[in-house]
Amino acid sequence: MTIKTALMAGTATALIALAGQAMADAHAVHPVTGQALASEQVFTYRVLDDFPSIDPQLIQDVSGSEVARDLFEGLMNEDAEGNVIPGVATGFEVSDDGLVYTFTLRDTAKWSNGDPVTAGDFVYGIRRAADPATASEYAWFLEVAGILNASAVTAGEMPLEELGVRAIDDMTLEITIDAPRPYFPQTSTFPTLFPAHQATIEAFGDNWTDPENIVSNGAYTLSEYTPQEKLVRVRNPMYWNNDATIIDEVTALIINDENAALTRYLAGELNMTDIPAGQYPRLKEEYPEQAISFPNSCSYYYMFNMSDSGPEALADVRVRQALSLAVDRDIIVENVLAGGQRAAYTFTHWAIPGWEVPDIPMANMTQAERNAMAVELLAEAGYGADNPLSFEIVYNTSDSHAAIAVAVSQMWKQTLGVEATLANQEWATFLDTRGEQNYEVARGGWCADYAEPSTYLDLFTTTSSYNDGKYSNAEVDALMQEAKLASDPLPLYQRVEEIAAADAAIIPIYHYASVRMMSENLENWPTENLLQNWYSRDLYISASE
Amino acid sequence: MFSYIIRRLVVAVPTLLILIIISFVLMFAAPGGPFTSERALPDAVMANVMERYGLDQPYWKQMFDYVTNIVLHFDFGPSFQYRDRTVNDVIAQGFPVTLTYGFWSFVVAIVVGVSLGVAAAIRHNTWLDYLAVGISIGAQVLPNFVMAPILLLVFTLWLGWLPGGGWNGGQWNYVIMPVIALSTSYMASIARITRSSMLEVLNSGFIRTARAKGLPTSRIIIRHALKPAMLPVLSYLGPAFVAMITGSVVVDVYFSTGGIGQFFVNSAFNRDYSVIMGITILVGALTILFNLLVDIAYAWIDPKIRY
Amino acid sequence: MFPEKAVVDGLADAAHLAEVQGRSLWKDARIRFFRNKAAVASLVVLIAIGIFAVFGGLIAQYERDFIDFSLMGANQTKGTPSFATGHYFGTDSSGRDLFARTVQGTRISLLVGLVGAGVAVVVGTLYGAIAGYFGGRIDGIMMRTVDILMSIPFMFVLILMLVIFGRSILMLFIGIGLISWLDMARIARGQTLTIKNKEFVEAAVATGVSPMKIILRHVVPNLLGIVIVYATLLIPGMIITESFISFIGLGVSEPNTSLGALISAGAGQMQYGVIWQLLFPLFFFIITLFAFFFVGDGLRDALDPKDR
Repeated sequence: MTIKTALMAGTATALIALAGQAMADAHAVHPVTGQALASEQVFTYRVLDDFPSIDPQLIQDVSGSEVARDLFEGLMNEDAEGNVIPGVATGFEVSDDGLVYTFTLRDTAKWSNGDPVTAGDFVYGIRRAADPATASEYAWFLEVAGILNASAVTAGEMPLEELGVRAIDDMTLEITIDAPRPYFPQTSTFPTLFPAHQATIEAFGDNWTDPENIVSNGAYTLSEYTPQEKLVRVRNPMYWNNDATIIDEVTALIINDENAALTRYLAGELNMTDIPAGQYPRLKEEYPEQAISFPNSCSYYYMFNMSDSGPEALADVRVRQALSLAVDRDIIVENVLAGGQRAAYTFTHWAIPGWEVPDIPMANMTQAERNAMAVELLAEAGYGADNPLSFEIVYNTSDSHAAIAVAVSQMWKQTLGVEATLANQEWATFLDTRGEQNYEVARGGWCADYAEPSTYLDLFTTTSSYNDGKYSNAEVDALMQEAKLASDPLPLYQRVEEIAAADAAIIPIYHYASVRMMSENLENWPTENLLQNWYSRDLYISASE
Repeated sequence: MFSYIIRRLVVAVPTLLILIIISFVLMFAAPGGPFTSERALPDAVMANVMERYGLDQPYWKQMFDYVTNIVLHFDFGPSFQYRDRTVNDVIAQGFPVTLTYGFWSFVVAIVVGVSLGVAAAIRHNTWLDYLAVGISIGAQVLPNFVMAPILLLVFTLWLGWLPGGGWNGGQWNYVIMPVIALSTSYMASIARITRSSMLEVLNSGFIRTARAKGLPTSRIIIRHALKPAMLPVLSYLGPAFVAMITGSVVVDVYFSTGGIGQFFVNSAFNRDYSVIMGITILVGALTILFNLLVDIAYAWIDPKIRY
Repeated sequence: MFPEKAVVDGLADAAHLAEVQGRSLWKDARIRFFRNKAAVASLVVLIAIGIFAVFGGLIAQYERDFIDFSLMGANQTKGTPSFATGHYFGTDSSGRDLFARTVQGTRISLLVGLVGAGVAVVVGTLYGAIAGYFGGRIDGIMMRTVDILMSIPFMFVLILMLVIFGRSILMLFIGIGLISWLDMARIARGQTLTIKNKEFVEAAVATGVSPMKIILRHVVPNLLGIVIVYATLLIPGMIITESFISFIGLGVSEPNTSLGALISAGAGQMQYGVIWQLLFPLFFFIITLFAFFFVGDGLRDALDPKDR
């Protein structure tokens, strides 16, 4: 498709041409929607960077997981709304104490070489993730899932066999976890817990994911992978539900520059790409059917260094409050990003299922009121024209982080007279700076691992290893502990948010949205799936009317 | 001549060693390692990872092992960032791409640059001369990161003639834009150098003699003037080669060609020690080799030089 | 990127001649230079750019980091260049005054060029003069070192340095200076070899003046002509190098900026109807480089009577 459409002149023509091709064979229709299908079922999308790995047990990034969900299939899958639905397992039973999950596998599931997918493959895969010899950086995810003895096994203190996963027979898998975790089934949709084909991995070692070696059990198999250029996957005829798959070929093009990617989208080379910050309104006007925005479960915030190495002023809650109040979220959301993001006054993403945002006083004030209060608080804390405050904001290098940091520093300067200098660092350096509390104010972004508030709120606990601001409040710690066992944790979570807001533990800035250009005839994109766990086999290309 | 080449190759060894030491020192001075991530890794996981890559060894041993592996097995080790690949894989994939479009850029830059320069010199102080000088300075000062998006807009979006990126195994229509973006400024430099050295040669005694003998101008240029006029161009090619490899970063970013430039910058950002080292050493070695070739060619063209 | 060898060789000849013919050549050179219209015009342009970079901030209506929040996100319509709003060059994508930023960017770019060339002049001249003056084994070792350093892909090392030690103007200066002095050292050494056999140097040696003093008092001053010409030709290369570094994202950090950073940002936005964000900084970038090229060429021609 790439070459053909590239030869067409201009966007509009290219799109019409695509549609024309599609019309040529408009016999097939989608079984559910009844929409006519295009004859060429090819989906091409853009990813920002090369995949560090496509080995399910090693994957640690979003775009790698997208590939893995196409190539492999776990016990459970997610539907378009993010509900957990059967995958290789037809279902599971939970013991009364909520600790033992028994999964029944379907007997039709096969690997791409024809071997049946057995419980043993899952045991092998999960043990492989925990195995110190694999040295997976994502081994900690097994602890998030709560699989029994995961940390001890990873540390090499226990043999692999002690891991809380075992095959009762070929079709029955039993997983034991350390505490009741209602979100556990959802963790089985994560690549870390995917099955692995032992014979292949043992035969090819680190090269087992090469297109000519890989054996996978998902709806697609890997056909071509050129690092830094593209990754192509094609329909897997061995997949148990192959008949329901519509898209024949999926290509991920690795394009570093988002503006170049947009140009190529407009030239008809891509079905989907991200919209650069600030360009959404214009594109929405020009291409109302193609520019879309939907919530994406990540939150953007600034953290204060409240540890001993941080500045004295930030230990004062009034200063933190003032800095938080003076940030005009509406300007950031509407003018800087302008892509349907939402202003944030609390940490947990507003769209998390079952979450109700608590009533925070700051959220109901006008910006003028906030600014007035901020000035007052800062003066109360003893800072002003005669005793000016100055901070350094650290963020990782990126145009949009820079734009926000520039805006925030100006808001502080214009409202409070606080001088903020900006320092951008490369990702690895940045994480190091933050992790060792060598900063004053730093940018943070957090994405949900699972669709439940605790995935965010755990960061407020004293012991959290991601609590880089070293915020600590005994009440929060107690509430989070209590929530683990509570039948209705919602009020507890809300209380945590209220305390965090009162303490100004962080400056929540906005809740993310996915802002994309998507071809009009790319159908069934799961915009309702908050974690954006999508499966190519659910998509299809419609023939344009 | 032969002993000269040998001597040059012997000097290459300490050069490469210095290069390795500089890179090693820089990398170990860096805050944040290849496995720094948003979630601080649990100590156990970190220990596993460090052990797997031998990063728990003392520095001198890491460096010693590294050099030994290269010398004995030509093995640059595993990549830290790309877990499924070795540095050899990365280089084997990226280098041919960079060399391919680099080669064509070189050819285009030399052919067009020399023609432009010669034309300007022959028609000294005419509109053709001014045009050529104007074009070459203009092309030299237009950064290729401005040129690349312009090409993309014109040829991909507006005209729809060329694919907007990718490599596709080096198919011709994927190579055109990278070559244009990369070659322009070198073409311009070569044109400027050719012009001034050609002018000098044309004013020299032996050309005047040839003219006086009534030889046709085209023959004078091709048979007599071109060869000596090429000497300064030759000596420019060495540094130009290195600069071109550096410039490939821009090409790789805009055209997703998957060349070595992007790998280098990404690895530097990700602290992928082994890939950084591998690429730096390889580029260093190529630089040395290329400079040697240039010097040999120099000796071949200029009979005055004896080694 | 850096001046070509031919240029350098030509320079060496010219400076050699300068020595032989005595002081009057400098005067001749000045006359010849001022006869070269392109060079003089470029010199005027350069001075104008210098004034713009230093004093431009005085006529800017806004601070370079001041954000006009009402313009943010409405750049395409409200951020256009206009005298009425006081944004002579329009605003950048964050709603900041592009005029003030261009002034500052020009200043940084010029500074990078001048400091880079300055390092080259100081380090390169001294290094080359010492190697050339002492000769023998010292010369051999010093110049072999230069040869070795020249084979190192310095742009790669510079990227590594900036990534590792964090970006800062100082780091950029150090990095660019590190690359630039090597050629200068070679030229200075070559010149020194001829100077050290002159009577006045021999006289100084005979009266027992210390070698370092001879180098500083007698050798270096006689190198200045060629060194200055070469430095002029070096500056555009420095500015281009800085712009490349900015493109990779390793240039000066916000809210500071350079021409390279502004151009790189503008180039990304060019298809979004805010083309002025590219054109203004690009204009200053190009005329600065043009001017340096012409002034450098002019200086070389003025010192090189062969071309008459």
